[in-house]
Amino acid sequence: MADLSVKIAGVSFKNPLIAASGTIGFGREYREFYPLSVFGGISCKGTTLHERPGNPPPRIAETPMGMLNAVGLQNPGVQHFIEEDLPWLKQQDTVAIANVAGSTAEDYCQTVELLSETDIDMIELNISCPNVKEGGVQFGTSCDSAAAITKAVRRHCKKPLIIKLSPNVADIASIAQAVESEGADAVSLINTLTGMRIDIRTRRPIITNNTGGLSGPAVFPVAVRMVWQVKNAVQIPVIGMGGITTWQDAVEMLIAGADALQIGTALFTDPYAPVKINEGLNRYLDENGLTSVTELTHTIQPYG
Amino acid sequence: MKYDAQDCELVAKAQLTATIYDFRLKNPALAAITRPGQFVQVLVPSKTLRRPISVCDVEGDVLRLVFEVRGEGTALLAQTKVGEIINLIAPLGHGFTLEPDKKTIFVGGGIGVPPLLYSAKQCGQNAIVINGFRQRSAVILEDDFRQAVGQLILTTDDGSYGLPGFVTQPLEELLPQADRICACGPMPMLKNIAKLAQQYHVPCEVSLEQRMACGIGACLGCAVAVKEADGRVIYRHVCKDGPVFDSQCVAWDGEKPQPVTSNTPDKKPNEKEGQ
Repeated sequence: MADLSVKIAGVSFKNPLIAASGTIGFGREYREFYPLSVFGGISCKGTTLHERPGNPPPRIAETPMGMLNAVGLQNPGVQHFIEEDLPWLKQQDTVAIANVAGSTAEDYCQTVELLSETDIDMIELNISCPNVKEGGVQFGTSCDSAAAITKAVRRHCKKPLIIKLSPNVADIASIAQAVESEGADAVSLINTLTGMRIDIRTRRPIITNNTGGLSGPAVFPVAVRMVWQVKNAVQIPVIGMGGITTWQDAVEMLIAGADALQIGTALFTDPYAPVKINEGLNRYLDENGLTSVTELTHTIQPYG
Repeated sequence: MKYDAQDCELVAKAQLTATIYDFRLKNPALAAITRPGQFVQVLVPSKTLRRPISVCDVEGDVLRLVFEVRGEGTALLAQTKVGEIINLIAPLGHGFTLEPDKKTIFVGGGIGVPPLLYSAKQCGQNAIVINGFRQRSAVILEDDFRQAVGQLILTTDDGSYGLPGFVTQPLEELLPQADRICACGPMPMLKNIAKLAQQYHVPCEVSLEQRMACGIGACLGCAVAVKEADGRVIYRHVCKDGPVFDSQCVAWDGEKPQPVTSNTPDKKPNEKEGQ
């Protein structure tokens, strides 16, 4: 049995698998399948200062080896999260991460300030939601704006701060460097890639938002590339995600440069994916004579 | 156990029409806890998303699913061979409010007919079933319903079988003697049924569908706009809050929730400020 534990920004995770924001709500529904301690951590549904209704349906479409979603940050607001969901989640023996989105820098700062006074373990700043006009991606697509929002939030944030990056940019490594220089404790990537499907009979988009975020195995190679590029560019921990479905995917993402992992869409296909990934990861480490999962991170041997 | 991912053996398979298939899946533990009106999330090999399918009936150890081939996923599912294993997340959602000793009218349209069978059976002789189809070749489950319920009325849009026209015509005639309505089918049909139910003050529930991802209420994908008691419109979710909803709560006319735009966390959710 190898040691699967990792430490990200001073926080200990018993394994490197974190449930990705937006796919698991606040954890309650997946608690029916297994104890949430199956996950090293849970990144909660994107939370905003006020309740948000989300986008009109349909919000979901299947795509080749993946899916589009445009849920649009439906959430009950940060107060509700703090009062109703966080106390329960803190009893589940897993790292609790709040995912914060907003329309303005003030929104982000107020939400983070409220969360800083709770016993949440970490905060993940969502500056990459592609599905709402004012959901933060306007902050995530240039180095200047990403640096500015990180700097503003950092002043209000007493918790370890992860910045979740958008892949819908020309140079994700520069954005990672920009948020690192303003005090981010870690980066997580990738959020979904903006995509679209059209019904050829009606000529209407399948999703009412017209566009949605692409996730699932289809985006995995893009995610591996971006995690590798970012790991080469920053010193802070990198949390890799995007289409991880099997334990082999998890190993590959770690080798590319991830210090921890998030899985999301794979849960919809197989709720037991995290259990199987942890088992496979453990076996791989044993078979390769590695005593800790951390020995795998960024061991890629790229061509010159 | 509320729900779990579980394997079932496909023990029998039939094709009911050009596009509709009838699967019988064996899993005693699952059959024992599945309630009328619930649904399952079916894993389709090579597909990312499972397909939500309503339970048509439970026969001892066997779950019966009747589904229509609509796209690639259901086409793949239809190719499953007898003896092969199908993985389900089940049982999911909640079904109709059933009062077996009350006169209950079940109204189904097209592929909305199968989800009513198990529920209608519970009401036996007190069940009146009105099932509507486009034309004669689309008619399914006629014998199953006829054996299980007090009265079965069939309609076809083109008049090629049963009564000509829509289900709402016989429904209106029968409504004065009804205590309750349970309906499943296309949205325009359900909207008209909801209107009639309101007119005659008969409690009415409708089973809805929506594109779905997790199936258990975590991802918030399968939204449906519903009216709260205070008149506020919010998005609820077909998988967890449904698939059955009170017809008077569904926002039939495209009403949408109002975004909350206030700047302080204390403002009440329905207090609007400039946009």
